[in-house]
Amino acid sequence: MDFLSGLFSFIYQTGDAFAFLVLSACGLAVIFGMMGIINLAHGEFILCGAYVSASAARMGLPLPFAILLGAVVAGLVGMLLERAIIRHLYNRPLDSIVVTWGISMIATQGTLIILGSTMPGTGTPFGSFAVGAYSYSIYRLVLMAAAVATLAVLWLIFTRTRFGILARATIQVPHIAEALGVNTPMIYSLTFGLGAALAGLAGGLYAPTMTLVPTMGAAFVVEAFVTVVVGGADIFLGTAPAAAILAVVKAGLTSWQGQLAGQIGLLVAVIIVIRILPRGLTGFILRERA
Amino acid sequence: MKKRSTGVLAALGTLFALSSAAFAQDGEPIKMGVLEDQSGDFAVATIGKVHGIQLAAEEINESGGINGRPLELVIYDTQSDNRRYQEFMRRVLQRDKVDVVFAGFSSASREAYRPIVDQFDGLAFYNNQYEGGVCDANMIVTGAVPEQQFSTLIPYMMEKYGKKVYTIAADYNFGQISAEWVRNIVAENGGEMVGEEFIPLGVSQFSQTIQNIQQADADFLVTLLVGTAQASYYEQAASANVDLPMASSVNVGQGYEHKRFQPPSLANMYVTTNWIEEIDNPESKAFVEKWRAKFPDEPYINQEAENSYLAVYLYKQMVERAGTTDHDAIRDVIAEGDVCMDAPEGNVCIDPKSQHMSHTIYLARVEEDHSITFPKVWEDIKPYWLGEAGCDLTKSNPEAQYTPSNPPPASE
Repeated sequence: MDFLSGLFSFIYQTGDAFAFLVLSACGLAVIFGMMGIINLAHGEFILCGAYVSASAARMGLPLPFAILLGAVVAGLVGMLLERAIIRHLYNRPLDSIVVTWGISMIATQGTLIILGSTMPGTGTPFGSFAVGAYSYSIYRLVLMAAAVATLAVLWLIFTRTRFGILARATIQVPHIAEALGVNTPMIYSLTFGLGAALAGLAGGLYAPTMTLVPTMGAAFVVEAFVTVVVGGADIFLGTAPAAAILAVVKAGLTSWQGQLAGQIGLLVAVIIVIRILPRGLTGFILRERA
Repeated sequence: MKKRSTGVLAALGTLFALSSAAFAQDGEPIKMGVLEDQSGDFAVATIGKVHGIQLAAEEINESGGINGRPLELVIYDTQSDNRRYQEFMRRVLQRDKVDVVFAGFSSASREAYRPIVDQFDGLAFYNNQYEGGVCDANMIVTGAVPEQQFSTLIPYMMEKYGKKVYTIAADYNFGQISAEWVRNIVAENGGEMVGEEFIPLGVSQFSQTIQNIQQADADFLVTLLVGTAQASYYEQAASANVDLPMASSVNVGQGYEHKRFQPPSLANMYVTTNWIEEIDNPESKAFVEKWRAKFPDEPYINQEAENSYLAVYLYKQMVERAGTTDHDAIRDVIAEGDVCMDAPEGNVCIDPKSQHMSHTIYLARVEEDHSITFPKVWEDIKPYWLGEAGCDLTKSNPEAQYTPSNPPPASE
């Protein structure tokens, strides 16, 4: 029993870390992998999703709808930004870093000035369950399921829908796609919106478990970038396996030596991966297949 | 023609310069630098400090200033960033030439700016509770220290809940040194530390930490978590049903977590604080009312807000008694040993040896519905540790920070 409860505990912790890494990184991975934009305002889309869903939930909207609303609003804000600013920055990766960083600072400070230094939370739903000597939060299982579901839905979108095929065509050879009648500016806009909506979804899902403050996006950004750097450009060949590996590293080290070791482990993993696999896991897997 | 008008201008300028020099004694403002985090990770707890200083300055100016001189605030937002503190501390001391600085939330930021205050022989008030031990004549500390907060709290908790203690603390000088205090007090009272974990600032996911705590089977948990990211712990622990009594020197009184999170995630949290807005006495009620009249949208008035407010009045008293803003004269006033005032929390006095302040310490308990009760009050708790350990600023100024494991050298 002791062994079983220990095993369950390890699986739960790994799953929990996996969910956090996947959900924080997905939006960033779509925008970086598909469009080559390094989006430093990623944390602020998460903030947007969290604030919208928490406000909606407190106004009485059921939580699942509130979370989706957070994702939709973040997505729309993302599309607006893409139309207004980001589309001028394709093929200018360094400029896009500076601009999105600026957007991030304006968003954080603007939220602070307009909405104040903090927002009351909604409380975590569902309560807890016990296995052996430990008790666990049921909502964390929901987060794990949401992470897996998000990956599945993304896979369906990019392989089974017309939008997915057009998006991949646009990203691979923009001029030919355009010549064949694809409305490429629209595809870029939708893809950026999808990335922003995924960030908003992460914000909405984690809002009930976290402090709601204008700087909350920063709590996700390091993990998101680490996952995308280790994973490389492709969500399914990169982000998902990277999150799985990093989750084992983080959960293992944190349970052995505490949070500091977990953080160090994540960063050391990145250094090692960049040294031996400069194109991330994606590059490694694609080379194996080729 | 052009030349003549320039001449007139120059003459006018000289006239103004002369007249302002003539008024320097009574009309010229006393400049007070205010360096607090109005954005970033610590802003939740520190915007109120700026408001407290503004409220006190406004009251003082309305009733005639300090020795007839108005108080002028020079306020910078330090953005929860230690480098900003160093930058702005140089600016207020060198360029703005302020007479006094009110600065700092985190202990890391205080230690970042303190050498600069020492270098330019400035005078800084640190109006924050902290891990104690700063023995520096250029600093006046109005916040509570471990001998005031832990020597009261930890024995109370051990008697009530048991002797097995687990600490989670923010991983920087504040958390490390505070945890050392907790460790020592637990040992002195015959208890046992069943676990200790230091959490890097900015960490917001606590699943594994929660499990480590459950595994250790503690009687109560000491939480020394700092910043808004780390505050996510309570929500996550509540939803995993950890259900342990908690004790803290920083939470509730600083970051008003009981207002920000849904009940009952902070139920059974015990905090020693020198003041919070729930305290039910006439002085506190009047103070809260006055505050809300000026800042109706203030989410919460915390202990640091009260510290900052009363510190302005303490400074006023020192300058009035010294007759000048000169630091040596102010230190002579402090050395008299009776710089005291009636603050909202009760009577407070500055200890000349350490330049720290005595406090009334309230034990606040968070109930199931997140209302606050006060099971116990300790009056006039002195900041005795530095003085007993050998720090005496009336005799020498080591400009150092000491800890229980690194006390002042015995020979002094």
